[in-house]
Amino acid sequence: MGRVAPRAVVCVVLTRRVIPCLDTRDGRVVKGVRFKGLRDAGSPVELADRYQADGADELMILDVSATTEGRAHALATIRDVRRILAIPLTVGGGVRSAADAGALLEAGADKVAVNTAAFRSPELIGILARQFGQQCVVLSVDAAARERSWEVVVRAGTEATTRDAVEWASEGESRGAGEVLLTSVDRDGTQAGYDLALVAAVSERVRVPVVASGGARSGADLLAAIRAGADAVLAASIFHDGITSVAELKATLIEAGIEVRP
Amino acid sequence: MTPMSLAVVETGSANLASVLAAFQRMGVAAAPTRDAEDVRNADGVVLPGVGAFGDVMQRLSTRGLVDALTERFAAGRPILAVCLGLQVLATASEESPGAAGLGLISGSVRRYPASSTVPQLGWNRVEPGSRNGFVRGGHAFFANSYYLDSVDDGWTAAWATHDVPFVAAIERGPQLACQFHPELSGPWGASLLERWYASC
Repeated sequence: MGRVAPRAVVCVVLTRRVIPCLDTRDGRVVKGVRFKGLRDAGSPVELADRYQADGADELMILDVSATTEGRAHALATIRDVRRILAIPLTVGGGVRSAADAGALLEAGADKVAVNTAAFRSPELIGILARQFGQQCVVLSVDAAARERSWEVVVRAGTEATTRDAVEWASEGESRGAGEVLLTSVDRDGTQAGYDLALVAAVSERVRVPVVASGGARSGADLLAAIRAGADAVLAASIFHDGITSVAELKATLIEAGIEVRP
Repeated sequence: MTPMSLAVVETGSANLASVLAAFQRMGVAAAPTRDAEDVRNADGVVLPGVGAFGDVMQRLSTRGLVDALTERFAAGRPILAVCLGLQVLATASEESPGAAGLGLISGSVRRYPASSTVPQLGWNRVEPGSRNGFVRGGHAFFANSYYLDSVDDGWTAAWATHDVPFVAAIERGPQLACQFHPELSGPWGASLLERWYASC
C-alpha cells in the first residue's frame, strides 16, 4: 500500500468566520436592543439569500417566538431557508430536548444552539452530543457584566442566575458542546462594540471555537474580537439596517491580515 | 429514458436535509434510503455521515448496507462519501476503539492534536493534487474532530492543514470521499457536486 506525503499547504489556520444572525418571531426577522423592543427587520429567506451572496460564512437563526404557533413558523422558516442556503445553518431558541433538536435538524439545521434548557438541565448537552455529534451542539451563553466577572442570564436575558459565565462555558465544553456562542447582554443591539474582556476570558478557557456576539458596529469591532480570541464573529442589526455588509467587513479583516474565506 | 437515480444513505446523519437541498438546487431529486438494493442499483450513491464512527458503522451493519457499499466501491461505481462517510472507509478510528470500519483504505483516522481547536469548525483551504478530477483549490467547510492521515495508491488526494496536514478528499474515477461538507461549501461546493454528479 502506498502512502502519499502531504504537499506543502499554504494556509495553516482556519479562516475566521463572519456570521449574520436572524432573530425570528412568528416567521419574520426581528431585532431589538438588549433583547427588548423588537421591531420587524424583514423576511428570513430574503435576508439569508442576501447575506449568503455577500459572503457570509454561516447563518444563525435564533427563534424568539413565545408560542407554539410561533414555533411552527420557525420550522417552516428553517425549511424555506435551507432550500436556498448552501452554507451552514445553526438554529436555536427554545430547544428543550433531543426531540426538539431532531426536529430542527430534520427541517434543515446543521447545528443546534441550546441555552436556558441546558442551563437548567446540563445533561441535555451530553445527550445531544452523543446523539448528533459534538460538532452539532452549540452552547449559547448570554452573559451580563458584573464588577469583576460575568453572570449567566437565561430566558432571553430576563433571569439572572449568579452563575459565572466563564465557568459555565467551560462546563458546557466538558459536557460535549462543540462551540460556544457568547453573547454580551449589555452590548446586544447597541453597536457599542463587543465585550472584548468577556471574549478573551472565555476564549482562554475553552478549546472549542468561540463565536463573539453582541455589540458589533464596524470592521474594527470584528477585528478586535478576533484578536481577543474569537474564532467567529456574529452580527445582526448592522446587516439588517444596511449599515455595512459581510463583504465590506471581510475586506477590513483581509486588510488587517486576518485569514477569511474570500 | 429513465432519469438518473441518486440514493442518499440514511446513516442516522444529522444533516441529511442539507445534502438533499444541495442536490435539489441542482434540479436533482435525491432519494433517502436505507435499502441495500438501492445502494447496489442507484446510478449514484451519497454516503453522508455525522455523529460518531462506531454509531454509523453500527447502523450500516444493522441495515445490511456494509456489503452493498463494499461491492459498490470495489466495482468502481459512482459514490460520494461526506465527512464521517470518508472516515468509515478506513479500517478503524481513534474515535471508536474496537469498531471496525469498511476497511477499503488503509490510512488511520486520528484525533487532532491536543493543542488544536477541536472540533475543526469552519472554512479551510483545500489544496488539490495534480491529478484531481473533481476537487479544485478553494475554501471548504469542515466540521470534524478526527482526520484521515494518509492515502492509498490508486486514490488521488487533496490536502488541508489544521495544525497537522490531513486528507481533505480522496478520489478515484467516479468515487469521491470528502472530509469537508460540499453541501455547505457555497458555490465552490455546489460546483464540486455538479462535477461529481455528471460522472454518475
